[in-house]
Amino acid sequence: MKNKKKGSKINPAFLVMVGPVSLWMILLVLIPFIYIVAISFMKRSTYGGVELGFTLENILQVFELSNLKVFGQSVLIAGITTIICILIAYPFAYFVAQKTAVKKTVFMALVMVPFMINSLIRLFSWINLLRKEGIINRLLIGSGLIDEPLQMVYNMVGVIIGLVYTLLPFMIMPLYSSIEKLDKSLLEACSDLGAKPVIAFMKVTLPLTMPGVFAGFIMTFIPALGLFFVTDLMGGSKILVMGNLIRNQFITAKNWPLGAALSLFLIGITLLLVKLYQKSGGRMDELGGI
Amino acid sequence: MSWEVFRLKREMKERISAFMKNSYIGLVFLFLYLPIFMVIIFSFNTSKMNIVWEGFTLQWYGSFFHNRTLMESLWVSLIIAILSTVISTIIGTLGAVGLSKFHFKGKNMIDQLLYIPVVIPEIILGVALLCIYSVIDMPLGIMSITISHITFCIPFVVISVRARLAGFDKYLEEAAMDLGANQVVTFRKIILPLIMPGVTSGALLSFSLSMDDVIISFFVTGPGSTTLPLKILSMVKTGVTPEVNALSTIIMFIIIIIISINTGLQVKRLKTKPY
Repeated sequence: MKNKKKGSKINPAFLVMVGPVSLWMILLVLIPFIYIVAISFMKRSTYGGVELGFTLENILQVFELSNLKVFGQSVLIAGITTIICILIAYPFAYFVAQKTAVKKTVFMALVMVPFMINSLIRLFSWINLLRKEGIINRLLIGSGLIDEPLQMVYNMVGVIIGLVYTLLPFMIMPLYSSIEKLDKSLLEACSDLGAKPVIAFMKVTLPLTMPGVFAGFIMTFIPALGLFFVTDLMGGSKILVMGNLIRNQFITAKNWPLGAALSLFLIGITLLLVKLYQKSGGRMDELGGI
Repeated sequence: MSWEVFRLKREMKERISAFMKNSYIGLVFLFLYLPIFMVIIFSFNTSKMNIVWEGFTLQWYGSFFHNRTLMESLWVSLIIAILSTVISTIIGTLGAVGLSKFHFKGKNMIDQLLYIPVVIPEIILGVALLCIYSVIDMPLGIMSITISHITFCIPFVVISVRARLAGFDKYLEEAAMDLGANQVVTFRKIILPLIMPGVTSGALLSFSLSMDDVIISFFVTGPGSTTLPLKILSMVKTGVTPEVNALSTIIMFIIIIIISINTGLQVKRLKTKPY
């Protein structure tokens, strides 16, 4: 349909269809985000709210050494998580994409099933599996592979296992959809021209599926910076990510302006990565995993 | 003769490679399903601790019905999930169709805004909504959680409906209008049936996102509106009781049945229309 002429009657279908979604997104996404930015420059009030007035204090406080340390640790944890997710998910998606259409549908549905079950329950189940007197340690000791139980939870290892487990489906989905769309005739052409499978993979498959890798990177790296309950449960309150800092300021310390200023950092990283993704030709719908 | 050996060798190699690939797929599924099997097993365990197997019992399946706080949080979660699924599916479906149909000033901005809840860490949306609720003095409770859930569900509905609209023949709609159908009839009889698979998967996704949400609910919850995930969050620190394992097992089977029906329909479609 064409653009409405000024002054002419507005198509009611336009109002009914576009109105609610636009209004909702403006009122509950755009305005709250502008407000978060505004709060970062306001003063905290005594009982945990905000007071009008301009200050740079919160922004400066973000750059305190203790916060920067957590930022560094957080980026490191998210980076390791993302790399492990790529290493696990890529071959998986690649092998599944070679199956028949029916098997593909069933396998991808099976990837989604665990992610429909409460994530806290699944994490708690991992704690039981990984802890000192847990099943994995008992099996390892029983088989004589180790003498002392391994410390696999309430430390960095536990946090990484928890994050990889929580975020793996978000890496598998975009990777799978980009590998599945790959034109198989290109690979046949490669082998016809005498390229070894390894070369064909490095020169054709990998570059062509890079948008999927990038989409998966965004869907795992960014959430990993904020998932405070994973570090709470699996890190034994010793390991913090950015999400923990923000949560602490909003809930425990009741310093909303500082919490908002810390959030700006996370918003900045997200916008930067998404811009890079769009620049590289990535489609935003791909991020939804559909 | 040597050709035969070559063929056999090649066949062998292919079989080994197929076996390795299948084992790898199996290992990834083991990683994904191991904790879930443990939840199911321990829901039948007589011991209250989730560490050792003591014996088989069904008592936890009876006792969570009598656990008032647990049942209450289940109801709170179900009410919120149903409300936010219905509302976000309606708004998201209309929005997806409208955004593909009409071009207007600011359309690009709405498109960009729709991606924010998808990519931004949930904690940011949670604190942003908390701040805005405090400005307008909205009491925190079931209402504030539902509104928040609708906010992050709408984009997923829009994306999944839009995926269906992409392969949509515009002439069908024009033909219907030419034959005298008005906009409402065209939407109901032509557009809706065609995008229905997208609508259903968007609704399913919304329901499960809402039922499982921890972070956003954590910030916008108030007294008397503890959802099931929040209730579980308060329990994990002290230890999850077998009752919760039993409840999770039941919820899981309901979800698996729904997903199987959905996947079954997809497979059926693949078999009847093999393209």
